[in-house]
Amino acid sequence: MNARRLSYAYAVVRSSDAVTQAAREALADIRGVAGAPVTLVRSGPVAAAVSAVPGEEFSEAALRARLEDLAWLESTARAHHLVIETLAARTTVLPLRLATVYLDESRVERMLGERQEAFAALLDRFDDHVEWGVKVYAELPTVSEPSPAPAPTPSPAAHAASPAEPDPGRAYLRRRRQHHQAREDTRRAAEEAVRRTEERARGLAVERARHRPQQGTLARVPGENVANDAYLVPRALAEEFRARMLHAADDLPGVRVEVTGPWAPYSFTAPPEGARPR
Amino acid sequence: MTEPVPTGSTPSRSLYPYGEQSGANLADILERVLDKGIVIVGDIKINLLDIELLTIKLRLLVASVDKAKEIGIDWWEHDPALSSRADHRHSLEEQNERLRAEVRELRRRVEQAEKVERGERTASAGELPARGSGTRRRSPETEREPGAEPRRPRRKRDDAEDRGREP
Repeated sequence: MNARRLSYAYAVVRSSDAVTQAAREALADIRGVAGAPVTLVRSGPVAAAVSAVPGEEFSEAALRARLEDLAWLESTARAHHLVIETLAARTTVLPLRLATVYLDESRVERMLGERQEAFAALLDRFDDHVEWGVKVYAELPTVSEPSPAPAPTPSPAAHAASPAEPDPGRAYLRRRRQHHQAREDTRRAAEEAVRRTEERARGLAVERARHRPQQGTLARVPGENVANDAYLVPRALAEEFRARMLHAADDLPGVRVEVTGPWAPYSFTAPPEGARPR
Repeated sequence: MTEPVPTGSTPSRSLYPYGEQSGANLADILERVLDKGIVIVGDIKINLLDIELLTIKLRLLVASVDKAKEIGIDWWEHDPALSSRADHRHSLEEQNERLRAEVRELRRRVEQAEKVERGERTASAGELPARGSGTRRRSPETEREPGAEPRRPRRKRDDAEDRGREP
């Protein structure tokens, strides 16, 4: 098993001549996972983008270990995504989850044959739609304590020198309160921004999926990610959607709306009942 | 990996007017390729539960791996859930700690033996030990508990607790 080549499947597309020709042309310019050329396997009305991968890298045991290797994971994820976005720029795509691997192309063909109806239905649903990612960030004011140590008890001399200066303890508490208040204000503004993005999506997006907010502590992305949503939007409305989102927080201080995409409809391939907007 | 996508066809044929974005944020890509997308069990079965665990951890990793390393974040190398290396390292640390404890204990026993020897040999109390290091090693604790079992740290904690209980 180790010496053999396995078949890595990226995505499902339609298998019409026009689509396969456009897809093949686009795929000719890129390399997939493990640097291999990507080809199409057709079965009835659908086709899968596949490439050969080394068995020693993609066996069950090897995958378990490799998925823990972040450098490997990053390059595999990016290669996987590159194939999907290359196809998505030309046709309707059903992205498969990372590391969907078959013993050979005939097994991929069989899988396509077994599921062609479900795939065709999903492809119809995603025709002429794109996915946008919408993230709201709150740039909470950072703690700006004057000194880490508690304020030293003022000596009588210091008191005499500046009699107008208020009690340092009170000043400290006041600063704390102000700081707390500023954070509260930003948080409220961020909530308002989230409400606005949801409101503005209405009438444009057909579905919404929520991702867990990204924790940005390790990233140097400023601010705290308070909402991380994905919307499925008809292509004709895509630009309007993006513009509306980008300006959703224009007048809200400390709040940033980030729009990513357009993505292939990654976030909407799960059974739709879990992803319907409320 | 982050190089621009070579587009062989004319831009007008692309369905995306914004250009392809292979330079997309790694976190955004990972949450899609690991968490979303159609799940079909292929011939090679990987445990999705493991992957979910992984993605929770990866949520913390918003920057690229290199960027994280750059700013000194390498927690995944210590995390057994994320690195096969971590287990190994962990056991080394344990081994190290065990060895240290053993060395401490052996040293203590040697000191005690020396003390006993000195006590027998030297009749006059004023005589200095031959090796200076001997004095240094004779900590008050060793003197307080001659012949104690090798559990000094624990004993110390007990003492502290006893003291704490006193009114």
